[in-house]
Parts: sequence; structure tokens; C-alpha cells
Amino acid sequence: MPPIRDIAVVAFAQTDHRRTSDEVSEVEMLIPVLHDVLDRTGLKTSDIGFTCSGSTDYLAGRAFSFTMALDGVGAWPPISESHVEMDGAWALYEAWTKLLTGEVDTALVYAYGKSSPGSVRDVLTRQLDPYYVAPLWPDSVALAALQAQALIDAGETDEPVLASVAARSRASAAANSHAQLRGSVAQGDYLVRPLRTGDCPPVGDGAAAVILAAGERARELCERPAWIRGIDHRIEAHGLGVRDLTDSPSTRLAAERAGAFERPVDTAELHAPFTSQEVVLRTALRLDESVTVNPSGGALAANPVMAAGLIRIGEAAARIHRGASDRALAHATSGPCLQQNLVAVLEGDAR
Amino acid sequence: MSKEPVAVVGIGQTKHVAARRDVSIAGLVREAAQRALQDAELTWADIDAVVIGKAPDFFEGVMMPELYLADALGAVGKPMLRVHTAGSVGGSTALVATNLIAGRVHGTVLTLAYEKQSESNAMWGLSLPIPFQQPLLAGAGGFFAPHVRAYMRRTGAPDTVGSLVAYKDRRNALKNPYAHLHEHDITLEKVQASPMLWDPIRYSETCPSSDGACAMILTDRAGAARSPRPPAWMHGGAMRSEPTLFAGKDFVSPQAGKDCAADVYRQAGIADPRRDIDAVEMYVPFSWYEPMWLENLGFAEEGEGWKLTESGVTELDGDLPVNMSGGVLSTNPIGASGMIRFAEAALQVRGQAGEHQVDGARRVLGHAYGGGSQFFSMWLVGSAPPAS
Repeated sequence: MPPIRDIAVVAFAQTDHRRTSDEVSEVEMLIPVLHDVLDRTGLKTSDIGFTCSGSTDYLAGRAFSFTMALDGVGAWPPISESHVEMDGAWALYEAWTKLLTGEVDTALVYAYGKSSPGSVRDVLTRQLDPYYVAPLWPDSVALAALQAQALIDAGETDEPVLASVAARSRASAAANSHAQLRGSVAQGDYLVRPLRTGDCPPVGDGAAAVILAAGERARELCERPAWIRGIDHRIEAHGLGVRDLTDSPSTRLAAERAGAFERPVDTAELHAPFTSQEVVLRTALRLDESVTVNPSGGALAANPVMAAGLIRIGEAAARIHRGASDRALAHATSGPCLQQNLVAVLEGDAR
Repeated sequence: MSKEPVAVVGIGQTKHVAARRDVSIAGLVREAAQRALQDAELTWADIDAVVIGKAPDFFEGVMMPELYLADALGAVGKPMLRVHTAGSVGGSTALVATNLIAGRVHGTVLTLAYEKQSESNAMWGLSLPIPFQQPLLAGAGGFFAPHVRAYMRRTGAPDTVGSLVAYKDRRNALKNPYAHLHEHDITLEKVQASPMLWDPIRYSETCPSSDGACAMILTDRAGAARSPRPPAWMHGGAMRSEPTLFAGKDFVSPQAGKDCAADVYRQAGIADPRRDIDAVEMYVPFSWYEPMWLENLGFAEEGEGWKLTESGVTELDGDLPVNMSGGVLSTNPIGASGMIRFAEAALQVRGQAGEHQVDGARRVLGHAYGGGSQFFSMWLVGSAPPAS
């Protein structure tokens, strides 16, 4: 069933993603991005019908961390607002459903994450089953390495192919001034076999924001809106032992529900923090060589946790805005080894 | 273009207690979800999506627990969304689930909120140091006590009102088999003689720490038509946020609360809440918040809320019953507390509230708030489908 209302991404902004940002708080990091995205549409905070954000207390190291960030939006007079403790891509999904109800015509979505204050590898272990797995502290790189080894064992990829994914991503990122790792980056030593440092994302801090608008409002705010033709997300079992790590059925299902397979896309922005995960996603999404994958450099060039998924949607939309794409796919992931996946299909008006 | 009407057809909660040592977090949430499915006479296969909420992840030490709970909530292969809006989260979670149906994304949605406080230390979770900010190390009671004092000074309310609320809510809880505190020997004198914690808030005027979960099955018009029991229909729902601290904030009656209620009443066609609404489940973690919210929600003129409480209007057999279930004062699994308010409102209009049922409850308000009176979420449910 097609959406009952046309909704588009009309503006996107992001920070320069950096290894550390000690000198700014989350809200200080966010405010320029919020100003930037609002300036692109001429909207003021008070014009926005609904605001939704994505972040996690575990990066900030304290409860209710998002409440301070909200103050940066300028939350007075009181606004209609919500928050997901997930990547901002899911905040965008919540905003999209709110727009579908017809109660509002515009929405502001933002996400941010500062990984630098702690060890993100350790922090992410707290996502795991708290009784049986988390006490063992298996970190995110080690879990991704399990997945990579499973792929190699299944004959789906090998280390040179993974290295080529890394090289292509960072080469593409050379044209992305926001990216953290750009140009020629050494593949490096093994971090956790079979993954080398080059196969892994940089640890960094960053924020992003998107404005959504419905129908005619979208056309007023943007010359070439990136219409959300479909968006869906699916989750898989948590236990790695009950999943086939070489496949991503949740991505395939989300893509199917989002209409990704109805017509070919020209661009795909994939949230694949590890080279091996791009291999899995390409298969699940049936992307062939004709599709431009991660022209921004993807999460291998900048991976601000919690914002990296929203940035994929933003980058895909921005390509449509500037006419570099007509139909793009954006993907976001959450959880260990691609447990949860979101797929959005964006289109520009015919030219 | 009109929204799809949304109905509550299943409600389930756990017996709330200080510590559920017999179940894991997954076991706890599954128990509530299964009860909601049973109530709706549906199976896991009938659920299109799951929307889950809870208060800070630090409370149990699990980051993004939706990942771990996907299997327990039958969400594998389905969309699962995780909401976190501080103490109002239980209400916000239900509203996000509602939007999935109202926007015709899904037909039937399971929504659930929980807290397993026994696996944590909530005081610790809320007291982590924040750089460059004044820490609120006095706990929630210490934060709210000055605002209660401001209310008393502003309205001239006698200092007996708080204990009346606590006495009422704890007696109501005796009629609710799921309530945490069942104080069979409660008397007004005992409440008044309990130790002073944060003047003017006494021990017996504060909420307990509970383990518990609450689940609801929400569905569209077609789903409601198949419901074996009367559905509760959503007539209005809204969220509003304002900063915790800023010059000019009215802590006694925050603007966000007023705006949120006004939005709900507009959607539901409520002209005079005192007349048009039959009962209220509101978020009262400290007893004085009953008279304060009565004013904030428009049930009483400014300065008059305490008179409704004092005259017995808010008793279970009063003209405007408040917190029929025993409220947050009797049961407080923090992340679930907002959803319990929403669910109790729905139980009432379905006529399923058992011993604490209000006769003829047709329109009931569910209310939640969180942060430092910063986040508000509310819904109004009715026994009849919405007019438009």
C-alpha cells in the first residue's frame, strides 16, 4: 500500500566529523548543524510541526543526556517532540509516521554522538544480552570479525576484496569535506583477524540534521525534494548463534517493503561500518556494479555513532537535491553484526 | 485526508513488586505482552510491529535493550522501535505506536514499557556527574519539593492535602491486583506520621521502586471490529516538551503541560474537561502533584485544585475520580509508569477495571510527565469511536 501522503527530505546538514571534540558539548556541537539545516529552508524552530532526535545515553555516560541537547533546539515555547534511543534514522522514521497522520506538515530530525570520551568498543558491549553475553565483554570489532570470517569461510569474500572496499570508500570520501578519513588510507595491521584497521570505521564525534516536509510544503521549501517512496525497518534475533551472519534477511525484507526492488536505484548509501558488512548488504539489496555505492565514503570514512545512519539518508537526499541522483537507496543499521536494519527509497521529480 | 481511528483491544501488565527475582528482563516483558495478547485474543503472528519504551538505559545497565528483547517480544522479522522521553516515556511510546496505525503504516501494533529497578540503582543512574552543570544530587524528591512548597504558598493550600492524596491512592491500590503497594492497614494518621523526607514531602507521600511491565495491543478500525471485548478508542493524544531549567519557567504549572492538554482536548472535542471527562489517571509520583496537575490540566481554576482533593471529588466514588489504580504512588516501574496511566484509562472506558472500575466511565484521560516537569504526554480514550 503506497503512503497516503507524499513526504520528502528537503534539507540536510552535518558537522565535520572528528576524532575528538573535547572543547564542545553535545549541544554546542549540534547548534551549528540545526542552524544550518533550518537556514537551508528558511524555517525557524517555531515553524516546525514535530521534532524527533536519536542518541544514546551510553555515549554521553549519563542518563537523560538528550534533554540538554533539546535545549539547543530552542524548546520554548513548548514544542511537540520525541526521542528514540536509536540511530537518528529511526527518529526520521518516527517523524515520517507523524507526518503521515496529517497532524503536521514539517519535521526536524537530528542525531548526534560523541564516541571520543570513552572506548566505543567497550561501550557497545553493553548492547548485548545482559545475563549471558555482556559479562564476557565481546567488543564490536571482535563481533564484526566473526561475521567477516564467516563470510570468508563461505567463499563470499576475501581479504583483498575487503581491502578494495576500504580503498574505494576513502577515495570517494576525498570529495567529502565532512569526512574524517579521506583519500589514501593504509589498510594497516590486523585489529581482530581477519579485520585490519582499514576494514574498520574511524572512531569519531559528529551530528546531523534533516528536515522533512509533506506535499506542497516540500516543494515550497526545496527546489528538488527527495521524496520518500518507501521506508521500512526490521530486526533479527539477538543471539549471534541463531543467525546466518553471511546474510541479512532483515535488510532484504525492509528493502522489499520500502519498494527498493521495484525499480533499480542509481545510488546507495549503506551504513556499513565494516568492509565485510558492505559485502553482506550488497547481496541483500541486490546492488550490482551499475549502482554508485557510498559516494560520501560511508561509515568507513566517518562513523559518528547514532548519527551515521541518519547521515546515509541525508547524503542520499542531498544527491537528489543537487541532481546527481534520481532514485537512491539509504540504509541504516543498529546492533551487533547488522541485527537491525532500515531501508529508505528516495526519488527526485522526473527531469 | 483523515487519520485511521486507533483502538486499544488488549492490555496486560505484570503484578508489580519491588523485585521480580524469578524472571529476567526478557521474562518480565514477555509476561505483560502475553497477557495483552490474551486479552485481545490474538497471537504473536497478528502483530505487525513492536514499539518499546523505558526510562534511562543506565537503570538496568543495558544499552538499547530493544536489541536484546527482540526475541522475547516476538519482533524477529518485524519492525521494532525504541522510544525514550524520560519519565513520560510510557505515554510517548503508546503515542508513537498510535501513529503507526493512524498513519496507516500498520494494522496491529504491540506497545510495551517496562522497568526492572531491582537490577539497578536508579539513584546512581540519575546521579552521574555532568560536566559544567549543577548536579541535582538530592534525588527526584529533592528536586520537586521546592515546587510543591511554591504551590502551597501560591494557593494557600493547607498542609494536609498531600496526605489525603496518598491515603486515597494507597486505598485505591488495594482494589487493583497488579498494584505494587498493598497496605491493608493504611490509615490517614499513618501517612501523616510517616517521616519527613524532603519537607513538605513525607515518606508515605512518595512512590515506591518497582519491577514491572505494561503492554497494549493497538489496532485499526478493522481490528477493533474483531475485538472480543469492548475496545477503548483514542480521541486525542499529544506530546509537549520544554526545557528543565530556564528563567521564567513555571515549575508549579508548566506551559508544556497546559499546551499538551489543550491539544488533546481540541482533538477530542472537549470543551470543559471538568464536565466532559469522567476520570483521570495522572502521573503523581509525589502526592502534592494531584492538586497541581488538576490545575495544569484544566480540571480546576488556578489555586483551586487542592479544594477538589480536599472535598473528596477525586476519591474513587467522587465526581472526578483520580488515579483509580492507586497511581504512581502505589506502583512505579519508572519506564512503564506512563504507559500504566494510559492503559488504566483504557481499562476504565472498556469497563474492564474490576474493583476499581468507575461506573459509567466513557471518557478518561491518561497523563504522563518526565524530566524536571519537562516532557508531557497524554491521551484521551473513549468507549465510543471518535466522531470524525
